[in-house]
Amino acid sequence: MLPAVPDPLQRPPMGFDIRAFATHRFGGHGGRLGITYHDHGEDWAELALPYAPDLVGDPERGVLASGPIITLMDMATSLAVWSKRDRWVPHATLDLRIDYLRPATPGRTVIGRGECYRLTRAISFVRGQAHDGDPEDPIAHVAGTYMNTEVQP
Amino acid sequence: MKLPPYAEVLGLEIEPSDGAPVLVMPFADDVVGRPGFLHGGAISGLLEMAAIVALDHALAGESGGRIKPVGVTVDFMRGGRDKPTRAAGRVTRLGTRVANVEATAWQDEPDRPIAAARMNYLIVRG
Repeated sequence: MLPAVPDPLQRPPMGFDIRAFATHRFGGHGGRLGITYHDHGEDWAELALPYAPDLVGDPERGVLASGPIITLMDMATSLAVWSKRDRWVPHATLDLRIDYLRPATPGRTVIGRGECYRLTRAISFVRGQAHDGDPEDPIAHVAGTYMNTEVQP
Repeated sequence: MKLPPYAEVLGLEIEPSDGAPVLVMPFADDVVGRPGFLHGGAISGLLEMAAIVALDHALAGESGGRIKPVGVTVDFMRGGRDKPTRAAGRVTRLGTRVANVEATAWQDEPDRPIAAARMNYLIVRG
């Protein structure tokens, strides 16, 4: 079961409308994986990845592959960057590191929370965690950097 | 080796090769991020599959074993364009408990990678 989703319309207006973005832009790989908006704040965003048998990487145990988890965290941390910058900027992932703390439980929706903890003109520093029901018992931890491609370093 | 279900979402196929197996991922709507470019997550998924195939290949030469991913670091060097992407893994060290694996993804030339990953796996033997 997912926690109730807070109504983003109750939040103060932002220069980056994450809800509209999440509704209209999740095509491509994120759309194929069924990733949806879950929640957000000024410098963080949460997305949901529903469990699906075709996303499995370990058929013996039914555990999700890491590709979908990385996709989820890449998107959640990107949204966190645009929330903190309060506008969309084109950016490229420089690197992303992920530690698998434990396997995701088969059947459970995974919630990915991305946070942008530092911005420079050119670089956005992010971190995040993924869990499958209990934020205190995460399945993965990530850290990464993005380069803002609209500015010269 | 039979690829797991997620490899089908990525459209992966194993290409015959002399050395380590090479995986090919066609460019398709299902693996796109920003318009016209591959999603970093799909590239990461391809790299992971290439690493697993390479490790499976190496373990088959021994007594086999189950693998558990501990962590992965991916560097993205170039945008993935509208063309097929290839990836191959290389086991840099195969110990009794831990395997270190590298994987590289490229489009035109293997020496112009679009992304590379380092992965650590626990090996459960017997």
